[in-house]
Amino acid sequence: MSVPQLLVHDHKDNVGVVVVEDLKAGTDMLCVVTEDNSDFRLIVRHDVPIGHKVALVDLKVGDTVIKYGQDIGRIVTPVARGEHVHVHNLKTKRW
Amino acid sequence: MTQANRKIWAYRRENGRVGVRNYVAILPVDDISNAACEAVANNIKGTIALPHAYGRLQFGADLDLHFRTMIGTGANPNVAACIVIGIEPGWTQRIVEGIAKTGKPVAGFWIEGNGDIATVAAASRKAKEFVHQTSGQVRVECDISELWVAAKCGESDTTTGLASCPTVGNMYDKLVPAGLYGCFGETSELTGAEHLAAARAATPEVREKFMKTWQAYQDDVIEAHKTSDLSESQPTKGNIAGGLTTIEEKALGNLEKIGKKVKFIDVLEPAEAPARGAGLYFMDTSSAAAECCTLQAAAGYVIHIFPTGQGNVIGNPIMPVIKVTGNPRTVRLMPEHIDVDVSGVVRREMTIDQAGDALIDCIAQTANGRSTAAEALGHVEFVMTKLYRSA
Repeated sequence: MSVPQLLVHDHKDNVGVVVVEDLKAGTDMLCVVTEDNSDFRLIVRHDVPIGHKVALVDLKVGDTVIKYGQDIGRIVTPVARGEHVHVHNLKTKRW
Repeated sequence: MTQANRKIWAYRRENGRVGVRNYVAILPVDDISNAACEAVANNIKGTIALPHAYGRLQFGADLDLHFRTMIGTGANPNVAACIVIGIEPGWTQRIVEGIAKTGKPVAGFWIEGNGDIATVAAASRKAKEFVHQTSGQVRVECDISELWVAAKCGESDTTTGLASCPTVGNMYDKLVPAGLYGCFGETSELTGAEHLAAARAATPEVREKFMKTWQAYQDDVIEAHKTSDLSESQPTKGNIAGGLTTIEEKALGNLEKIGKKVKFIDVLEPAEAPARGAGLYFMDTSSAAAECCTLQAAAGYVIHIFPTGQGNVIGNPIMPVIKVTGNPRTVRLMPEHIDVDVSGVVRREMTIDQAGDALIDCIAQTANGRSTAAEALGHVEFVMTKLYRSA
């Protein structure tokens, strides 16, 4: 298998993690779900640094972001599929 | 031979415990005895001073924790012998007596009525005697599962949840059933994954104890003192730079350290020694690296596994700290800090099972005496946890 650009923990997740450096907007990413090693492709819409998240689906304000199959917070600014998800559009539901 | 019944070469202590280092520690009871301890360590080669910031006018649970940390540090099996120096005899002797229960050589000295110079002279003579008494001790064959191995992650990012923390979990799943003592902590940093952590308690009693401990940290520490959503503190700025966005996301990655199968059998107070036999323990700790490592070493853990994403450089003076990373950028930019490179996991070139075996190899080598990156680079962070202001 070639080296993936994006890893997703769980099939329930709506975000994945960039695992390569210097990923450029427009890249047609090989995405692997670590749960069962299945794969799919997704075009990334931003330059996204290694370790940062990309939306797998369109997300609207108030949506819950799922990673590890679990709730990791809520969307506060709309995000389209393939866009960067981070502190500018995702906030904790705790604290 | 399976990983779980590998042999290591280590020090068998008077109380039967297995140590992997052979230090003569010079332990100050209090902040004002640091100078004398450092002078003794300077005089006598082969000793190590453990200066710290506290030990005066503490009271109640905070004082209990101070004594537990001091006694536990001196009692740790990586310490062959210990000199204790305090400003006055009362608290000094209390620590000496606590350490003496292990059967190891220990002696106390105090400064009031003697002055630094006479105290340093007397303590140096005794330290030299301890160096001769312990430095010839020979390593003996032990089982890897006799080790007490703690874990805590730091400067985490999304790769820690994908690679380095599951590597630690895989190691625990392989070695804890064989008799290893494990330990995880970081009470605040389980927020968002507390329900999953609670589900890994071995019994309903342990589960209840865990939830009570977690809730108390929320109520008494976080909610009592917070001024914001803690962004840049928890997650840290480094976590955020690495792609972690919320405490929930960070917690879920953190919890990967306890593996898939093993359950924790008790909840420990900070620096409390485990007392329910072999198994995984949860300890109520801060998530700050040096504080957590110092507490785990004081509980008797002899090796520490530290998964990092962005590259935390932490070490400990008496407990070797093994760094594991799955972040290829960190491997490229700060390789001198990394003991186990599991970045192959994110490239899908290495399985978590293979990564766990690589970590077990490193644990065995470290137990045999190989220096970790943090040891070679001189990282000796020793940080006491303080619960509240002194009287």
